[in-house]
Order: sequence, then C-alpha cells, then structure tokens
Amino acid sequence: MVSFETHMALNRLYADYALAVDSGQWDLWPEFFTEQCVYKLIPRENHERGFPLCTLSFTSKGMLKDRVYGIQETLYHDPYYQRHVVGAPVVRRVDGERIHSEANYAVFRTKLDQPSTVFNVGRYIDTIVQTPEGLKFAERLCVFDSEMIPNAIIYPI
Amino acid sequence: MREQPIHWETDGTSRVPFAVYTDEDLHKKELVRFFYKNHWSYVGLEAEIPNPGDFKRTVVGERSVIMTRADDGQVHVVENVCAHRGMQFCRERHGNKKEFVCPYHQWSYKLQGDLQGVPFRRGVRQDGKVNGGMPADFDPKSHGLTALKVATRGGVVFASFDHGVESLEDYMGPTILRYFDRLFNGRKLVLLGYNRQRIPGNWKLMQENIKDPYHPGLLHTWFVTFGLWRADNKSELRMDAHHRHAAMISTRGSAGQATGDKAQVTQVSSFKESMQLNDASFLDIVPEPWWQLGDQMPTAVMMTLFPSVIFQQQVNSVSTRHIQPDGHGAFDFVWTHFGFEDDTPEMTERRLRQSNLFGPAGFVSADDGEVIEFSQQAFETKPEHRMLVELGGRDVGETDHMVTETLIRGMYAYWRQVMEA
Repeated sequence: MVSFETHMALNRLYADYALAVDSGQWDLWPEFFTEQCVYKLIPRENHERGFPLCTLSFTSKGMLKDRVYGIQETLYHDPYYQRHVVGAPVVRRVDGERIHSEANYAVFRTKLDQPSTVFNVGRYIDTIVQTPEGLKFAERLCVFDSEMIPNAIIYPI
Repeated sequence: MREQPIHWETDGTSRVPFAVYTDEDLHKKELVRFFYKNHWSYVGLEAEIPNPGDFKRTVVGERSVIMTRADDGQVHVVENVCAHRGMQFCRERHGNKKEFVCPYHQWSYKLQGDLQGVPFRRGVRQDGKVNGGMPADFDPKSHGLTALKVATRGGVVFASFDHGVESLEDYMGPTILRYFDRLFNGRKLVLLGYNRQRIPGNWKLMQENIKDPYHPGLLHTWFVTFGLWRADNKSELRMDAHHRHAAMISTRGSAGQATGDKAQVTQVSSFKESMQLNDASFLDIVPEPWWQLGDQMPTAVMMTLFPSVIFQQQVNSVSTRHIQPDGHGAFDFVWTHFGFEDDTPEMTERRLRQSNLFGPAGFVSADDGEVIEFSQQAFETKPEHRMLVELGGRDVGETDHMVTETLIRGMYAYWRQVMEA
C-alpha cells in the first residue's frame, strides 16, 4: 500500500509524536500538523453514536498553538508527567497523497509524589500527508475508551 | 455514627466547617434528605430518548435509575434494582428495548416498571405433581420496579423517589423558573454529545463553584482577559425563596485592560494583556434572540438547581452538568451539550467550537475540577477547621453585582435548615 520508505517514515512520525508530547516541550506539538489541520479528542461513545461533541476540537494549527499557550500560561493545574505508549501504525488506505492510518495508544499519568496510573487509552485515527518538511498530520482523532476522565486533561494526547 | 454534631462557628453560614465535606455518615444523611426525599433530581433530556423503547441509564443521588420512553410516548423513570434479588440488571448506558429482563432469574418488566413475567411462578410439573412455584398469594402488581415520580419541562426530565414532592415549578420557584424557561423555551433540543469526568471532591463543591462569581474573573484567565466574566461586567445574582437554587446572570463587557475606577479588575496576575489568540474562532460569538429577557440581553446565565444539576449558558455554548455523588469524597460530573432544532449548521459549529472552553479539558473549566480536588485534600487533613465565605458580608441576599459569596451562604442556610431539622 505504501513503500517501505514511507512506512518507515510513518513509524518514525508516530514515535516522534509520542516522544514530543511526553517531553514537556509543548511547542513541539503543533509542528506535527499541517496549517489547516484537525485535532480532536473525542470520547468513544460520542464517536460511535455519531455525536459531534469533542472533549477538545481544534481545526487549525493556530488553535493548537493557543492550546499550548493555555497549558503554559492560563490553565491552572496539578503538574504531571505523561507517557505515551503507541502501537505500530496500520495503514488502512491511501488516496492520492493522503495516508489513512490508525494506532492504539495508552497514556500513563504520574503526578508528583504519586504512583503512575493509566490516564487515557484509545485509538488514533489519522490522515497524514507528505509535505516539504516530511510527513504531517492533516487530521488526528484521538478516540478514547477512558470516557470517565480522571478529573482533567491538560496536556496533548 | 458520628458523636458530635457539626460545629458552626457562627449562627450564620459565613464560616463553613470542613467537616461538611469529610464525613461519610453525614453524606449518607444528605443523600436521603436532598436526593431521595422532598427534592427533584435531574435525569436527562427528552432528546436522549426520542423513540418508544429508548432508555438511558443514569443516577438519582447514588441510586441507579433508568429513564425510558414507553409505547404511549410518556417518559418514565424506574430504579435499576430487580424486585426479586435486587440486582442492577441494566448494564448498557443507553439503548432501545421492548421490556426489561433481569438475566439472573429472568424476571421481566414493562418499560414503566410493571412486573410481567416470573419464571416457574406456578411451579414445575414433574411425574404428575407440581414442584415449587411462588406462593398462591404472590401478586405481581406489588412487585414491580420502583417507579419514580417524573416531571418534564422544556425537554428536561426530572425525577424523584418521593411521590409527595411539590410540583417541579414550585420546587424551582418563580425567580429560577424564569431563567429556566428562557433556556428551555419549548424548542426541541438536539443532543450534541457527552463529556464525563470524575472529580475527587465532595459533590457540594461543584454547586458552590457555580454559586461563586468571585473566582471566574480571577482563576480563569480567558474570562478576565476576553471580558467574558469579570467583576466589572453588568451582573445579577438571583435565588429561590429557600436560597437553595441560584442564577448568576452576566453580560459580557469589554475585553482587555479596564481603566479608571475599574482598573483593579484587570490588575490580577491571571489577566494577560498581551494575550492574542492565533485563531479567534474560539470566540466567534453571535447573539441569539432567546438571550433577551425583559430589557436584558445576558451573555451568560449559570443556574444551579440544588442538589443535582447545573444549567449552563455561556455565550453560544449551552449544556447541562449532572452532579452524581460517589461517597463523600468524589462525584462524577456528566456534561450533556445540546443545541436547538432551529440552529443553522453554522450555529451548531459555533456551539461545538465554544465547547472547547468547557468540560474536563476546557480552557476555562478544566481548572475548576483541579481546585475542587485540592480543596478536598485539605479538608480531609483537618476536618475541625472551617473556610471563610465572607465576601460581600455575612448575610444572604440577591445582588446586582458579583463581588460576593452570598449564594454559597444561601445554600448553606438551606443546608443547615434541612440537615439540622
């Protein structure tokens, strides 16, 4: 479906994304997306029942940057580490330049002085495009099983 | 059982003891007095169960209940406890059924809760004799599911275990009813979806959060910076006659730095003068005709209906927030966002975009759950202590400003009246 090189690049994209959003360097996150991107964090129930409400719904890279500002400057929250474990991406189909792929993910949260807990588990449903700077997400849906959110989600999934 | 009654430092409610949040026996008493007797609880929206046979599982207090629409089109609420051995038989969160069947012994019920089938009721015939069966005087009519009293208004469904409870309208009272009817004015509601979060704090803290107009312009940078909610906005605080329910009404003022006498409202660290959105569509606010109330055009009306629900209008984002206690130290908080049947696709998009401000990850609301958690942590360490709720004085009354904690004092005046009776 895709060349070996593209498949390698895709794996690299998923791994880089996980490392970036776990690094605490929030400015890295928007750079994985195209300018006119879609990023949605959506409970599995809404996704499967066709309800449009998301926990977060961003439709431009600018909105992702606004979220980064929110994390850094406006959202009061308990600091925590997060750690993504992402399964191998599966390419579902390719139409033209757009790769449609999916992967399971689990995010663990570790609050200061607390044990690590399972925070958010789900599935990425992605549309990825080739750009001069390499592969980027045109769309990333994070459809999560962990519908009962442990209080608040502050950092990017 | 607790030996000592809760100690209040004063006759009033401007010093709230930490112990009202930390005692499990007190919590059980609250469940009975506020959730199971004399009060109405929110259970959902009619739009969640549009067709006969539709159901939604939810809770009243800590009891599992099922909201259904029967064949006659009427909404019923029954307790999710089999009349036989008490099993919580309904495990799905929603669906469509012709009847309820408890899988344990296959007792079956109509959607209204009437018992209709008991396997082996008349025994089992074997070798010419009948073995077992229910006693001859067993009357299925007296062994249905517990049916709650139900009231609907404007597409919103309330239920009560107490069939002697006053009417929903009397329960809300005329002041709150006016704001309720403004939001739920008879147009059909359209369900947009759910957000759920578990907040490790006492359930009353969420009522207090939406009875506290002091914090939004301080904790929530977006509110103060973009003028959505801050102390120099035109605002009113209203209550029912018992002071248990409230409405905080606010009209958006100017964004940015306040000047002159009002400068102090933006001299707070959460105000970010240089903050500019990369994408302004988060705040693409379009006034709607239904906002009009008398000569007012409020941009936000936050209603607390004691004990179970918050009704939100924040500019174009409207939702219900259901408070579902789980012990004294935690509650589940379920957000149901909706729109109206006559919304244009653009308005639906706008409501969805603005919902980024709210919910468990929202630019504004995410930190409400955090401060509740950290408050509860302190309460547990020294329940003999108390908080200070004295902004705007020590008494209870409606105001035409938001520099007061009067609504919290009002809620605890009602709380003391009910709990100390």
